[in-house]
Amino acid sequence: MLNSLLSPNTQWVLLSTLILGMAAGMIGCLAYWKKQSLMSDALSHAALPGVVVAFALTGTKNLLFMIIGAAVSALIGAWLIGWIRSSSRIKEDTAMGMILSVFFGLGIMLLTIVNRTAGGNQSGLDNFIFGQAASMVRKDVFTMLALALLVIVIVTVAFKEWKLFLFDPDFARGLGLSSRWMNAIYMAVLVLVIVIGIQAVGVILMAAMLIIPAVSARYWTQSFRTMVILSAIFGGGSGLIGTLISTLGKGWPTGPFIVIASSVLFTVSLVFGSEKGLLIQALQLRSEKKKQVEDPSSSWTKVPAIREGE
Amino acid sequence: MSVLKVQGLHASYRKNKVLHDVSFEVEQGSLTSIVGPNGAGKSTLLKVMLELHPKLSGDVSFFGSTLSQTKTRVGYVPQRGSVDWDFPTNALDVVMMGLYGRVGWLKWPNKSHKEKAMASLAQMGMADFADRQISQLSGGQQQRVFLARALVQDADLYFMDEPLAGVDAATERAIMTTLKNLKMSGKTVMVVHHDLQTVEDYFDHVLLLNRTVVAHGKTEDAFTKDNVYRAYGGSLRFMKEA
Repeated sequence: MLNSLLSPNTQWVLLSTLILGMAAGMIGCLAYWKKQSLMSDALSHAALPGVVVAFALTGTKNLLFMIIGAAVSALIGAWLIGWIRSSSRIKEDTAMGMILSVFFGLGIMLLTIVNRTAGGNQSGLDNFIFGQAASMVRKDVFTMLALALLVIVIVTVAFKEWKLFLFDPDFARGLGLSSRWMNAIYMAVLVLVIVIGIQAVGVILMAAMLIIPAVSARYWTQSFRTMVILSAIFGGGSGLIGTLISTLGKGWPTGPFIVIASSVLFTVSLVFGSEKGLLIQALQLRSEKKKQVEDPSSSWTKVPAIREGE
Repeated sequence: MSVLKVQGLHASYRKNKVLHDVSFEVEQGSLTSIVGPNGAGKSTLLKVMLELHPKLSGDVSFFGSTLSQTKTRVGYVPQRGSVDWDFPTNALDVVMMGLYGRVGWLKWPNKSHKEKAMASLAQMGMADFADRQISQLSGGQQQRVFLARALVQDADLYFMDEPLAGVDAATERAIMTTLKNLKMSGKTVMVVHHDLQTVEDYFDHVLLLNRTVVAHGKTEDAFTKDNVYRAYGGSLRFMKEA
């Protein structure tokens, strides 16, 4: 393990999954409050056909072309979801379920065809399904780092605007904040994070990097700013830990280990979270009950919301 | 002087025509209640005027100009149920949002903005709740926070969507005092209102709406038994004619 840590390439890979995890954690908070957690899953699955087509067209595994392919394909998926929802009676979750499976099926089909052609089976395209951070070369790492940092900057600079847009989009429009633009930027950064992440995490598990850190952070805070920061820390932390574990064995996929790492953080948050954790709620209930026994009239002076959990 | 002029406004929700040929003018310094049965298009009217919902045809002018040119002079209080109160933020922060337009996009609010927001909260009797999580406020307190956010905008024309729905007596008093103060300082307010009992006490103008304008004018002239019956009870007759 120590040897692999010393390798400069591994260090770069670790840095890139750390930054990627931070960017994904931040965007995950936006998706969480836009009530679109599942959207990120649909989009990451929808990216697969684009990756394969980009490879088939260029014949090389150039990360930039693959990112463009993934982005185009994910955006087509997003557009189709919106189109199905607005032009039919089908609800958004149903539309997402359809697009997710159809695009993923299409991607796997194309992947099978490409793998049969000469040179295709050597391409390592399979890595896009479960992620293989260790297989990234230096240039890929730099591309990923730059894009992830761009995403972090976009969220940070317009933090106040994001908060207003997520809490009350109608009021935001009244103030002159264009929801069309905010939606477009939101979709752009979401797709950007997904497509740079799939190389490391894979299309199937990418959504977990967006959803789990945000949900975990929710258990610790009542401030949106802290939630975004915590989510970035959880995301970056699980990216780092997951990648570290996956480098222990040869050919171990990165995605599953990152997801397991973030699930551990989630479980800890669920139980010990200082705001909504199960333990704190149980303790509060116990102290209330104790007070009730000692002085039955005292609980009337408490805020009723606390007693609703009983 | 009319601060708001609506002419021949038509709008639909999905396949249903909700507003049909709505025309009216609102004078500066008036306090108007928009009254009508469920599904009469009251909230839709506000949303269409504020360009939050598309119109089919018609014209809306604010201060003799367009909404985009007078945006800072128009304030909006959405229905309390239109946002997720579980959002992690506190009362002061929500009120600060009313100042975002003046703070400037991509800039951070400073101390004077914070003081303004605090003053506005205090005006609504909510100074002690500034740091309180919005999820832990009662319905009436949440409504007061929304009102404070509108006040801090310092607009000239306000639209409020059911600010008095489901609030406690203290909140109702606080809101009505605020509305009367706004009127006295020359501001114009339009309020979607549900309670027919209080229309005459609270508002000097009334707009009876049922997809189209049934009656509009000073409360004593327009809020007659006959007009109210036409707006509410008459809906059956409208359907038969159509």
